Amino acid sequence: MSAILPPPERVWWKEPVDRVELLWIAIALVWCLIMFFMMPYWHVYGQQNLANEAYRTTPEAFAKKADEVIAKYKVREEGPQKTPVVKPPAGSDVYLVARLWNWQPILELQAGKSYRIHLMSMDWLHGFSLQPENINIEVHPGYDHVLTVTPTAPGKYSIICNEYCGINHHTMVSPLYVVK
Amino acid sequence: MAVNRNFRTCPATGLLFHEPAEKLMRWNAVVAVVALLVGGLLAIGVLLTRWQAVHLLAPDTFYQFLTAHGLNMLVYWIIFFEIAILYFASSTLLRCRLAAPGMAWAGFWMMVAGALLNNYSVLRGDSSVMFTSYAPMGAHPTFYLGLILFAVGALIGCFVFFGTLVVAKDEKTYRGSVPLVTFGAITAAIIAVFTIAAGAIILIPTFLWSVGLIEHIDSLMYRTIWWGFGHSSQQINVSAHVAVWYAGAAIVFGAKPMSEKVSRTAFLLYIFFLQLASAHHLLADPGLTSNWKIFNTSYAMYLAVLASMVHGLTVPGSIEVAQRLKGYNNGLFEWLRKAPWDNAPFVAIFISIIVFGFLGGISGVMMGTEQLNLIIHNTLYVPGHFHATVATGTTLAFMGLTYFLIPVMFRREIAFGKLAIWQVYIFGLSMAGLSLFMMGAGTLGAPRRHWDISFAGNAFAHEFPGTAWLMITLMAICGLGALLGGAMYLAITVWSVFLGKKIQTPEFNYVPAKAGVAPAPQPAAQPSTVSATLTSHHGGIGAAGMIAPGTFVLALVFLTSFVLYYFVNWKYLSTVWPLK
Repeated sequence: MSAILPPPERVWWKEPVDRVELLWIAIALVWCLIMFFMMPYWHVYGQQNLANEAYRTTPEAFAKKADEVIAKYKVREEGPQKTPVVKPPAGSDVYLVARLWNWQPILELQAGKSYRIHLMSMDWLHGFSLQPENINIEVHPGYDHVLTVTPTAPGKYSIICNEYCGINHHTMVSPLYVVK
Repeated sequence: MAVNRNFRTCPATGLLFHEPAEKLMRWNAVVAVVALLVGGLLAIGVLLTRWQAVHLLAPDTFYQFLTAHGLNMLVYWIIFFEIAILYFASSTLLRCRLAAPGMAWAGFWMMVAGALLNNYSVLRGDSSVMFTSYAPMGAHPTFYLGLILFAVGALIGCFVFFGTLVVAKDEKTYRGSVPLVTFGAITAAIIAVFTIAAGAIILIPTFLWSVGLIEHIDSLMYRTIWWGFGHSSQQINVSAHVAVWYAGAAIVFGAKPMSEKVSRTAFLLYIFFLQLASAHHLLADPGLTSNWKIFNTSYAMYLAVLASMVHGLTVPGSIEVAQRLKGYNNGLFEWLRKAPWDNAPFVAIFISIIVFGFLGGISGVMMGTEQLNLIIHNTLYVPGHFHATVATGTTLAFMGLTYFLIPVMFRREIAFGKLAIWQVYIFGLSMAGLSLFMMGAGTLGAPRRHWDISFAGNAFAHEFPGTAWLMITLMAICGLGALLGGAMYLAITVWSVFLGKKIQTPEFNYVPAKAGVAPAPQPAAQPSTVSATLTSHHGGIGAAGMIAPGTFVLALVFLTSFVLYYFVNWKYLSTVWPLK
């Protein structure tokens, strides 16, 4: 008479089910469907969605485009490695290169304007983690992932790597500026 | 070779053990505990490094420890123990000889060799690639080879389990359908076969790549297929520990499933849909469409989540019914107040259910929601989630089961008296705290698998908010409690098994049985109590037309927390930068 013995009634599938279980199954099923439909709902009415826009490309091709943008819109250099800071015009395509163990270039964006940010890794997997917003996206080698982002408030943000990428993973961090 | 048909009956529980099966269960359980010991020692280094006030290890050692900690805990401890459970749920519960013990030993030694080889590769220092070993980051070939060997060994174990089911059916050792716990174990084993197949599909080419025979492993392909192995192996745990919950309720309370139909259907939903869940690791990845992500991450409209919600009700519900039938029928919660709160297996399973549901289950759905994943992916929230599901849900349930099985299988008393019940409380509650504070730190952006979130000496250092640091400190304090609880478990089990007081039964012996085992048990003379009470208007137990009203109220509390937390997360998501 227990779960470790065969069911005492050989035709157990005809036994009645108690109200507790029936009611709970009904409630739980409704909740599951609500959770399911929240995702398509957010695609229509929500502001935070991934676009599914991605292209296969090579590190060389991606780095070339990134260099073109840097050459065009560089405003200054920062840090010990003299990392270029670029201030691209609103609406433009911006290329953010992830490699062992840095992000390039540093971006300076305008609050309230949209930008098409292309994310790609040159080598291993990396994790794009924008802090303190806490937006987290996986960065693959060979996949150019396009996100259209609209920074809201001016300030200094950080992009940290949150996909383990080897011994100096924890040093992979870069600022991102949002200005008025 | 003659088939060993020697059996013994446990004098305390009446369970029947096949001699070779029992030996296999013991060996698998012992190796599992050794893996837990190794994983636990590594956990000390991991914890004391992430607790940045101590910051014990250098970065290379930290990443090495973290890799080995993940593998020994998530793979070796759990799966060795699960193989023991599979043999228990087939041979012992079906009162049947184990099919092909020789094959089972071959599988066992392959698993041991694989685990050793894989640990050796991490020990070398050139394979600190984490449990996930994401290509194109490469490890030493022995890393993959070890995992492959281990997986093949485990697969053999699964097929020995299936073979035993066939033998039991053929030799008619049970009547009607298999017990619910065996049904749960079948679910786990079927999922294991899928899982190991996915593992083989990705690890074999990765191994060939590591020795230079294949030129390129695509990172997205690797992640997609690897998670068919990595996440699905956690679904084996879910099925196995839910089976252990039912077994615990049956052993401690004599509880009968409220409805065989409902519980078995819920297990069936696991088989159909749990596999899809591996997609929720890919929600923040490029190259996959939202349609694909939404359908898969929801386990097909959350039907597998529904199954877990059903088990979450029916296990405590069956305990409530058993308690009410014993006379604890007053009010909503007398059955719970008067539960045996000093019984280690019961408390372990109870905490396992609560923490798995409230912390592990709810957080799992958050991470697995396509858009909410953006504010969670790869933060400390993720290990917070699986320390609630695997380290508390599965591990604690297995710990509780050990306290029942040591006297039964090793025929030794549990050592140190009341220490076992303290162990369960300390481990369970500390691990729950650890999970909770990890999730808190993750919500504030702290990354997982990170040696130094202070970014000391870095020109571009990011400063995490003070509350995130507070969460890390609280996490570390709870982690120390969990380490203590884990150490107590190891001390109690090792001492009991090797030095514990022997349980003497004068006329104990293995008895040969001619075919299978002696006659199958006769059908119960009387109809089962629960169905009798159901047909006779609940036989006077319960309230409001329900036989388990207390459990229903608890379930509603769970649902309320779930709904509130779910929408709090959407609210939080709506405040971050618009993204499309």
